[in-house]
Amino acid sequence: MSVQLLTLALGFAQLCVLLAMVFCVIRLLRGPTAQDRILALDSLWMAAMLFILLLGIGFASTVYFEAALLIALTGFVSSIALAKFLMRGEVIE
Amino acid sequence: MSNSMMSGMHDMSLWLAVPVSLLLVLGGLITLTGALGLLRLPNFYQRIHGPAVYITVGTGCFLIASMLYSSVALQRPIVHELLITGFVILTAPVVSMMLMRAAVYRDLRKGNTDNTPGDAYKFPREH
Amino acid sequence: MKRWLPTPLMSLALWLLWLMLNQSLAPVHVLFGGLLAVAVPLLVAPLRPTPVRVSRPLVAIRLLFYSLVEILRSSFNVCMLILFSKKGLNSKFIRIPLDLRDPHGLAILACIINSTPGTVWVEIIPDSHDLALHVFDLHDTQWWIDMIKGKLEQPLIEIFEQETA
Repeated sequence: MSVQLLTLALGFAQLCVLLAMVFCVIRLLRGPTAQDRILALDSLWMAAMLFILLLGIGFASTVYFEAALLIALTGFVSSIALAKFLMRGEVIE
Repeated sequence: MSNSMMSGMHDMSLWLAVPVSLLLVLGGLITLTGALGLLRLPNFYQRIHGPAVYITVGTGCFLIASMLYSSVALQRPIVHELLITGFVILTAPVVSMMLMRAAVYRDLRKGNTDNTPGDAYKFPREH
Repeated sequence: MKRWLPTPLMSLALWLLWLMLNQSLAPVHVLFGGLLAVAVPLLVAPLRPTPVRVSRPLVAIRLLFYSLVEILRSSFNVCMLILFSKKGLNSKFIRIPLDLRDPHGLAILACIINSTPGTVWVEIIPDSHDLALHVFDLHDTQWWIDMIKGKLEQPLIEIFEQETA
């Protein structure tokens, strides 16, 4: 009983996060301005991190946790660098 | 009985399975709604509020579900998800602030440049 | 004590971080984490611009709970607006005069405001102490000003600016 419930809920959550990633990609390709694209890219990173967390739940393994942490880290740094670039036109001042 | 896509979820008492499932479903719905906002709101200043929903609340739901589930499945307390929570809480606001400022400065530069930032910016116009 | 542990809270946070990363309480991790917790704050001490002094833990806990409730409530609101709003939303920039001066307090205020869906901190407008804030669906400017000044800024002033007040 609880196994089916958990499998169903996990599948639903994974489907939702995948759809969210698809939306982010559409916005990334369509976005009229550069800041829209960067926002979509940052959201895509975050959704990818959530998806890897869900994979970790599915396989009941803690290995995925490190991957999620690394994705959050690199996503943060790259988003900051891109936003900084937009603001002034150079990354390092 | 343990079936399908995954290597098989662990069996656990219904008292724990129901909250975990509820958190998973809620987090999924919130993530979907936030991304939908990113997709269909009309301009950047509104779009930035869409992902903010799932970056805080969706992540929170999934992390609590993950903590509960892994602690039971691996039969030892798993709390390292708190690290991701703390990290996201510290970094996501910085990203949205930098993006917002970049957008505001770009629009100020593009529009009338004599508009000092002192007067609260007006630009969310449709396009 | 004062010499080796100048910032006990940061040392504790580092120690916990090390233990959580390694997911164990084995003596080697406890010892090495303790070593890091002593060494890192001493090494980065020249980098910290101003010493921070935190008081009133009770006020901090109440602020934490209030902002948690506020995050949940406004995320529900934003979800409903995204899903069911037919007409255009009234998204606006508003100005809020701030009394808080402590940089750490301002950083925490920015974190809380940006973590709350529906509001994004833009900047503190140069040459003034006004905060420019973007609100997703604005009905009542005065309500936002009262909420941020009363519920968020006041506790932060109590926490961070105790000795000057």
